[in-house]
Amino acid sequence: MATMTMIKALNAGLRRVLEEDDKALIMGEDVGRLGGVFRVTDSLQKDFGAERVIDTPLAESGIIGTAIGLALRGYRPICEIQFDGFVYPAFDQLVSQLAKMPNRSGGRVRLPVVVRIPYGGGIGAIEHHSESPEAYFAHTAGLKVVTCADPADAYWMIRQAAASDDPVIFFEPKRRYHAKAEVDTTEAPLGLHDARVVRSGTAATLIAYGPTVDVALNAAAAAAEEGLELEVVDLRSLSPIDWEPLEASLRKTGRAIVVHEAPGTLGMGSEIAARLSERCFYSLEAPVLRVTGYDVPYPASRLEDDYLPNLDRVLDAVDRSLEY
Amino acid sequence: MGSVDRPRPAKKTAKSRRNSASANEPEFVQLLTPEGQRRSHPDYDVKFTDEEYRGLYRDLVVTRELDAQGTALQRQGQLGLWPSLLGQEAAQIGSGRALKPQDTVFPAYRELGVQWCRGLDIISAFSLFRGVDLGGRDVAADRFNMYEIVIASQTLHAAGYAMGVAKDGAVGGDDGEAVIVYHGDGATAEGDFNEALVWAGVFNAPLVFFCQNNQYAISEPNTRQFRVPPYKRAEGFGLPGVRVDGNDVLASYAVTKAALDRARAGEGPSLIEAFTYRMQPHTTSDDATRYRDEAELDYWKAKDPILRYRSWLEAESLADADYFAAVDADAAAEVRELRQRVMDLPDPDVTEMFDALYAQAPAPLLEERAEAVAFRASLDEGSES
Repeated sequence: MATMTMIKALNAGLRRVLEEDDKALIMGEDVGRLGGVFRVTDSLQKDFGAERVIDTPLAESGIIGTAIGLALRGYRPICEIQFDGFVYPAFDQLVSQLAKMPNRSGGRVRLPVVVRIPYGGGIGAIEHHSESPEAYFAHTAGLKVVTCADPADAYWMIRQAAASDDPVIFFEPKRRYHAKAEVDTTEAPLGLHDARVVRSGTAATLIAYGPTVDVALNAAAAAAEEGLELEVVDLRSLSPIDWEPLEASLRKTGRAIVVHEAPGTLGMGSEIAARLSERCFYSLEAPVLRVTGYDVPYPASRLEDDYLPNLDRVLDAVDRSLEY
Repeated sequence: MGSVDRPRPAKKTAKSRRNSASANEPEFVQLLTPEGQRRSHPDYDVKFTDEEYRGLYRDLVVTRELDAQGTALQRQGQLGLWPSLLGQEAAQIGSGRALKPQDTVFPAYRELGVQWCRGLDIISAFSLFRGVDLGGRDVAADRFNMYEIVIASQTLHAAGYAMGVAKDGAVGGDDGEAVIVYHGDGATAEGDFNEALVWAGVFNAPLVFFCQNNQYAISEPNTRQFRVPPYKRAEGFGLPGVRVDGNDVLASYAVTKAALDRARAGEGPSLIEAFTYRMQPHTTSDDATRYRDEAELDYWKAKDPILRYRSWLEAESLADADYFAAVDADAAAEVRELRQRVMDLPDPDVTEMFDALYAQAPAPLLEERAEAVAFRASLDEGSES
């Protein structure tokens, strides 16, 4: 067991990937000499060389497009998109090529490409640096989409993503980058696409992922002080969604609240609410509620506390759910 | 639009008379004039055996006939769409025959002639446009990637692949690998194309950009895509660029071979602009009469790539009437076989839309698949009773 930040955990996971597979490459803007703007790839270029940890030109479509070409050649690129709001220039290559090419080929081509994207708000950043674009990618068949919420998952999930023969969009909650926790590097606790019950309870289920897992856990701790036991499920995988634990939890509690930073309309919460209503209708004591970012562009940072789901908004939703 | 030197239908001026028949041609590498005269060039030449010279003619004719069958099959309702290459045969056969077996091709969607040169089964082009599949092929074994419909996307794939070739140490010497990517004049306006040039240059990738400038991106002429012709743009990216008469199979071969050899030797990327003309509409869905006139077609008809090559073969006594007749018979046989195979392509099973997507299919998708199969089966049962 070692205690490390999420950044160190990702760095250690990537290091293992580069050690174990000589076809693995890291590529992106500033990932080499600088070690990435968040230092996730710190010292990897020094240790593995500029042929394997590649500082690319500043062009996101180019990063993904050439990663596809490298994958066609047998390489396994792990790309970094520097910030959530800068992924859009690569959208065409991600959606029309990375997601579809294996299917187009009739399964003869596999594209083991990982795209790491630091995402989410809460860091006081300027525009384009706090977004949560995960639903675009979860909506796109052919991509797998995951997100880690703590250092242990960061360490294991990046390794599992790198081992996947399917393309994986890997969202990293940047406001959790510096949170420390123990990481057991001996054995993966879960598969890449498994959801996990991170706190057990009976009164209602909070469904969260990435940065909002911590929000949900804090809300559950506060509720517990008032004698209310909330269950918290960390989705971990946004595509595919691991429905079993969600449905099992809802059948137990009868109430669910989905919490995410992305705007609510047609976000992950919409799909989760619809699906749980279809699957668990007779277990529901209340409609599935959503606590999300508002349907506005991410606001100026002085307003982000009002925009982001927080403990109070979550507990308010819990109250509303219990009132049904 | 002064810097785009696009030829106009012949209008004789004092200057053009001074410079003979080819005066209103743009500056490009040409080894065979539209009239079938051999020309020399200080940097480029070809040396073929008689048999190889004849082989190029056969390639040109067979490709034209197979392509015409694509148009016919679409007109008869057997294909949903067909993008004809009529007029571009020399650019494709010349460049395609310059490839070595170890080279890798990234095509756009009109590269039937290149596919033919690679000795590959061309049925994938027809299954794609018939809608029975998405054009999937064994790209690793064939060293010929899938047709790419999104304009310029493949230029980045080719750049990345070529980076991988260099990483593998597969460049250097005659047995080095080179990569070629085909695109059109429209692609040069896309961001991906320009990013691919940056990447290829920065990483010194063994890549040849082969731009078939067929003068139109659907309805839009060159003047809507660039002010500086593509071959000149290369220099700004640190690549050599050359323009070739794309209706001249010999020049297209010579220029491509030089660029490929340069790439395979590890000397880096380059760009070829093959100046040619799309004699048919963009695809069978297009109506070219809305944006170009008969005079322009006549102008380009006079530059036909096959007629000039045949004239030259005849003049050099490299082929006779018997040979030409045999090629026509060969082409007809190829067309008959193709036609039958297209008609015989089976409709896909409903499971095919699910089964190729992932290496590891997620459980929710498998549930959907089972539902789709069961629903389809229930309809079939209903229709049988």
